[in-house]
Amino acid sequence: MRTVDPRNRYSRRFLLKGMAAGLPAAAIASSAELSVSDAWAEDGPLAPLTMKTLVKVARDIYPHDFLGDVYYVNAIKPWNGKAASDPAIKTMLEDGVRHLDADAQKRHGVPYVDVGWEEQRVKLLEGVEKTDFFKKLRSDLVVSLYNQHELWKKFGYEGPSADKGGYINRGFNDIDWLPKT
Amino acid sequence: MAQFDLNDDGVVVIVGSGAGGGTLGNELAQRGVKVVMLEAGARNEIQDFVNDEWESFAQLAWTDMRVASGSWRVAQDFPNLPAWIVKSVGGSTVHWAGASLRFDEHEFKIASAYGGVKGANLLDWPIIKADLDPWYDKAETKMGVTRTNNIPGLPGNNNFKVMEAGARKLGYKEVSTGRMAINSQPRDGRGFCQQIGFCFQGCKSGAKWSTLYTEIPQGEATGNLEVRPNSHVARIEHDRSGKVTGVTYFDETGALQRQKARVVCVAGNSLESPRLLLNSASSLFPNGLANSSGQVGRNYMRHMTGSVYATFEKPVHMYRGTTMAGIIRDEARHDPSRGFNGGYEMETISIGLPFMAAFLNPGAWGRSFTSALETYPRMAGMWLIGEDMPQESNRVTLDPTAKDKHGLPVANVHYDDHPNDIAMRNHAYRQGAAVYEAVGATVTYPTTPYPSTHNMGTNRMSANPRDGVVNKFGRTHDIKNLFISDGSQFTSGAACNPTLTIVALAIRQADHIAGAMQRRDI
Repeated sequence: MRTVDPRNRYSRRFLLKGMAAGLPAAAIASSAELSVSDAWAEDGPLAPLTMKTLVKVARDIYPHDFLGDVYYVNAIKPWNGKAASDPAIKTMLEDGVRHLDADAQKRHGVPYVDVGWEEQRVKLLEGVEKTDFFKKLRSDLVVSLYNQHELWKKFGYEGPSADKGGYINRGFNDIDWLPKT
Repeated sequence: MAQFDLNDDGVVVIVGSGAGGGTLGNELAQRGVKVVMLEAGARNEIQDFVNDEWESFAQLAWTDMRVASGSWRVAQDFPNLPAWIVKSVGGSTVHWAGASLRFDEHEFKIASAYGGVKGANLLDWPIIKADLDPWYDKAETKMGVTRTNNIPGLPGNNNFKVMEAGARKLGYKEVSTGRMAINSQPRDGRGFCQQIGFCFQGCKSGAKWSTLYTEIPQGEATGNLEVRPNSHVARIEHDRSGKVTGVTYFDETGALQRQKARVVCVAGNSLESPRLLLNSASSLFPNGLANSSGQVGRNYMRHMTGSVYATFEKPVHMYRGTTMAGIIRDEARHDPSRGFNGGYEMETISIGLPFMAAFLNPGAWGRSFTSALETYPRMAGMWLIGEDMPQESNRVTLDPTAKDKHGLPVANVHYDDHPNDIAMRNHAYRQGAAVYEAVGATVTYPTTPYPSTHNMGTNRMSANPRDGVVNKFGRTHDIKNLFISDGSQFTSGAACNPTLTIVALAIRQADHIAGAMQRRDI
């Protein structure tokens, strides 16, 4: 049966779309080498360390080890803009990160991003699970992360098909491992 | 194309353009009746549809304010999205899956068949299956339902093949690609299914029946039907005798217009139809139009529902091909020995990665959730759809605080699962998992109900005006020239998808209305 090749091939359409959304140049040029701090080397109301923590939180909420940081950065990035236009959002994010850091310091003696094991960071997140900070971050992330077309193939999802003539000649019934009935 | 004057009081006004309204409009137009169809949404055509779940959702779904309340989990997960239905010309026939099944005989008389069920408000329909069968025939012919009229069934996709193999191993007998209003061969000027997937996002090939590109243009071609998109009806108006005289609506510019009418037919689905009746309250009808029984908005049904997804060792690619062409009917029977009344169907379903992330287990996070998502290409999926019990307290009311952009009170949709619904869902989860485990599933996921796609019962039919809102033709008991033409007429929900029954009732109602108009009865 026809399976899906999970390797990344950036389409021009995606690049244009990404740029239109205000992606940092670094994210487009070389996603593989992108470091989280490079992504914030531009103005915005949220401090780079705050953004870095949010990206770490995003990965801990929806951990996928085959995804580079770029996808989490893309998903978190729009919060910087929202914080710019709404001071209440800025406060919510900063307070949320401050709270996580304080808890991390208390339990592990380091800020959130430096807590060594995901399991330990997840415990910290469970402590804020009922807060607006966490709930809004998570419910936004479930769209802003998984709706990035470029990561669909990595999950084996092929996306639009009408423009390719559907699956009528591309494996809609090609399953070959079922027991005979 | 027809254009009728706002002061033309000879027209029939239909509110809504979906399975009920769209069909009724065409059927009336074919009989020479002048029709103005008011649709709240825009006119998106086939070429506008997009194979992208969130983008399509933004294009087609009703996202105006609504409020969910009650103990159902949807109220917690999606407090402002109790239902996933369409606001666009064609209504929910744009995103429906195409499953077209007739009710069983006992499903028209549940009060008699199930006896007293504590906490439920069971009632027999004022019609029996034999009354509707000739209209089911017409609906199946109109819609080109597979496995009727000598139309072959659709070919099974990978998702179906997995379900079928598991079902056969369990000993299920009634397993097929179902009765679908999706062309398996060219018919009625439309092509056949290209196995695109994305049935829920609007069919790009036009193989699936939708009023958008069948009933509505056919009606328009007669010169008797005018469709006004972006027209949100605010109130139904009446004269001192209590007869309705027309409607007021917000047009595409937001200006309030008044369309006069000889007859008004409400087909805005089971959430908006009762909302409109309640929002039309007046000094003569202080509890809302057609509400002398107090039943407007009550007995809301949405089917038991739930899904089972399963992960296998090897790829399935369930999203390839027709979304819902696959059904197991063995559990649809009424057999109280299973611990509940009524029955359920298992139907194939698939959603893309973006919706899977949002709906597999809403609110979940962390590794057990993400490891499930990472099995996406090796997943198969089925939807569980069973009869839920009508309850008086499950109801649509006007929310005391929330208003829409026009300042109109919005629908508050309250729902509590009945113990019968819960017992049925648990049975269905077990059987669904067993189907997949029979062919080697490594993990199964009992998935919570999505926002409602099947909304029924909030203006139900009754023989006695005390028990419901409309008579056996969908005419309101209280107002002679006011009709309900959508699934809110349903007295029970049955174990099957509602569209075919809505269409059959609409064809029958058109015949009734045209006759009554000719006789000057209305």
